[in-house]
Amino acid sequence: MNTHQGNFVRTSMIEAAPAPIQTGGIAYWLRKNLFATPKDAALTIISLLVLAWLIPPAVQWLFIDAAWTGGGRGVCATVAQGGSQPDGWSGACWAFVNAKFDQFLFGRYPIDERWRPALVGILFVLFLTPMLIPKVPYKNLNAILLLVVLPILALILLPGGWFGLPFVETPLWGGLMVTLVLSFVGIAVSLPLGILLALGRRSTMPVIKMLCTVFIEIVRGIPLITVLFMASVMLPLFLPQGVTFDKFLRALIGVSLFASAYMAEVVRGGLQAIGKGQYEGADSLGLSFWQKMNLIVLPQALKLVIPGIVNTFIGLFKDTSLVSIIGMFDLLGIVRLNFSDANWASAVTPISGLIFAGFIFWLFCFGMSRYSGFMERVLDTSHKR
Amino acid sequence: MTIGVTTTPEPKSKPSGSIINDPQVRGIFYQVVTVAILVAVVYWIADNTIENLKRANIASGYGFLNGRAGFDVGQSLIAYTSDSTYGRALFVGFFNTLLVAVTGIITATIIGFIVGIGRLSHNWLIAKLSLAYVEVFRNIPPLLVIFFWYSGVLAVLPQPRESAALPFNIFLNNRGIAFPKPVFGDGSQYVFYAFVIAVIASFFMARHARKKQEATGQRFPLLWTVLGLLIGLPLLALLATGWPITFDIPVAGKFNLTGGSVIGPEFLSLFLALSFYTAAFIAEIVRAGIRGVSKGQSEAAHALGVRPGLTTRLVVVPQAMRIIIPPLTSQYLNLTKNSSLAIAIGYADLVAVGGTILNQTGQAIEVVTIWIIVYLSLSLTTSLLMNWFNARMALVER
Repeated sequence: MNTHQGNFVRTSMIEAAPAPIQTGGIAYWLRKNLFATPKDAALTIISLLVLAWLIPPAVQWLFIDAAWTGGGRGVCATVAQGGSQPDGWSGACWAFVNAKFDQFLFGRYPIDERWRPALVGILFVLFLTPMLIPKVPYKNLNAILLLVVLPILALILLPGGWFGLPFVETPLWGGLMVTLVLSFVGIAVSLPLGILLALGRRSTMPVIKMLCTVFIEIVRGIPLITVLFMASVMLPLFLPQGVTFDKFLRALIGVSLFASAYMAEVVRGGLQAIGKGQYEGADSLGLSFWQKMNLIVLPQALKLVIPGIVNTFIGLFKDTSLVSIIGMFDLLGIVRLNFSDANWASAVTPISGLIFAGFIFWLFCFGMSRYSGFMERVLDTSHKR
Repeated sequence: MTIGVTTTPEPKSKPSGSIINDPQVRGIFYQVVTVAILVAVVYWIADNTIENLKRANIASGYGFLNGRAGFDVGQSLIAYTSDSTYGRALFVGFFNTLLVAVTGIITATIIGFIVGIGRLSHNWLIAKLSLAYVEVFRNIPPLLVIFFWYSGVLAVLPQPRESAALPFNIFLNNRGIAFPKPVFGDGSQYVFYAFVIAVIASFFMARHARKKQEATGQRFPLLWTVLGLLIGLPLLALLATGWPITFDIPVAGKFNLTGGSVIGPEFLSLFLALSFYTAAFIAEIVRAGIRGVSKGQSEAAHALGVRPGLTTRLVVVPQAMRIIIPPLTSQYLNLTKNSSLAIAIGYADLVAVGGTILNQTGQAIEVVTIWIIVYLSLSLTTSLLMNWFNARMALVER
């Protein structure tokens, strides 16, 4: 055995290395995410200061100082304003929302008949929930229930006038009910209409293509409020004398047409993204135009543009608030209508009502956007790296 | 041995079946039917409309634009009284729409870019705060945001005589924000000329600097030169002419502020709401744009020894802009269209003024036509401008 004793071999033990930098725990997380560089640290501290300045007063105003119960404006006004709160008080007036809650839901719908919209609402939730969960079977039956049976039931129950139900005219409708009916119908109409318009815009027939393009571009170029004005002021001019349209129906038509133009552009994006080979493959199988679209192209195209479709739905849902400008009382409209209730007028009533309405709108829109993200992942058949 | 290929001339592809199955014939048939239905519907509508207008005693045509308006508007950029014509009132509305759209677009872009970059920050707190901002404002109707500012915040500000005083003699009360109004005395036109000269000089300076850099590689301290020009020249002119610009400062009177300029709460709430609302969308566009630039680009720049700040400016941002500009254009258009919500709080924009005229005269078709033409041309102009900008930014391929 041959051993070399070179002077490169250490003769003494080296010092123990320091413990590795901790790669877990709160301290590491803080250093990595909040104080990585001096600039980061400064930003973090400034943000924390801003938050400390904003959040406690906001919590104080929204929850601690808020007036939760009470039967009139007294609980939401200071002594100087003729109320019972101490001078200098300011807090949310949830008592107002509490007292008006039924109105915010149903508008001025007769109190004895409110079980009808409530029943439709419960059925809507019952039919919609299994539809939204991919694993629940019987999707076809479910779709029929949601898109055929429910609208028919709603048409019978909401206006009434059949089967001994007293007639409730649409000017009495209001609140969240109107917002939901408008958006449900708008969504149900605008998707198929938008698909038709998109197919028309990509058609080889010049007349159809031009008509669809002109419609889409004009509607997309003007604000919704002008479309609603058109529906409420011009539509009566276009119809023969004596034929009157319900104002609610006119708003429905306006909102649906408006949304379908946007939907058409979203769907067109999807159609353009489908390779030519798919169209040619369908043609070579001898499929007719509608078979080609229904079986090959649209299932792929619509899947691609789910985020865009849901964004259009969210936009539509938010846009329904505009009908309050042409004198209908959707959720926002009915909240604003109640500002002028002398029994509840106070400095904090408007802002409390608006925060409540904003929260409801936010809940629906946020839910929709979250669900679209979920669906995207479920339907994603590509191989993600 | 030769292989003979005999080609029997195929009969010209004639449809095997009847003429009904020929797609071309069918196409023409469908189009003829569509046109026929369309003509019939238009004729029916026109007939009904003429009948209805005759019965309501409304003369069609645009003659009404010369009539006396008889209503006041809160805020106007051009001279207007209630004795002015309807046409002038519409112009007032049009300029008000432009004003809120342009100021809103500028503010929304600034907030949107800050929040969008914040979304990508490595700092957890900043990223989450930006996310919260986007998720809150994206999911609330703009109309509600407008009302929030109008009846929630601005309406509960103090009365004019108890105005909140801000720095620089700016006062805030429930009738809006009052600020010193510049008064241009004699000689102030020279200051304006000086500014114009500075702008033109900066333009040529920038061209010269770029040429010099392309030719020699030497960089020219352009930013400081231009800033110096833009501030220095007007300042010199001010000094030379003996400071002709003075300020009319708002003074608290017994019941109201006098003097100064006042921006009404209608404009303020519309402007704030549109800016905050659109900024949430712009932020998402900016984030997607920056994320869309592949990581290899900035890594390559770092490998070449380009400093991080320069990498962002010269490598990442120009490429991100290509992704950002098209959706940004449609957000600008959305903001312009959303400015029509002004009618809900009584800011005299085109739709609000048109609505008043419509109620007074009943000229529904004419007013709606004017709306459509104005908004369509605004949309087209914005698209053209942004397309031109986009073409300048686009990838130059060989």
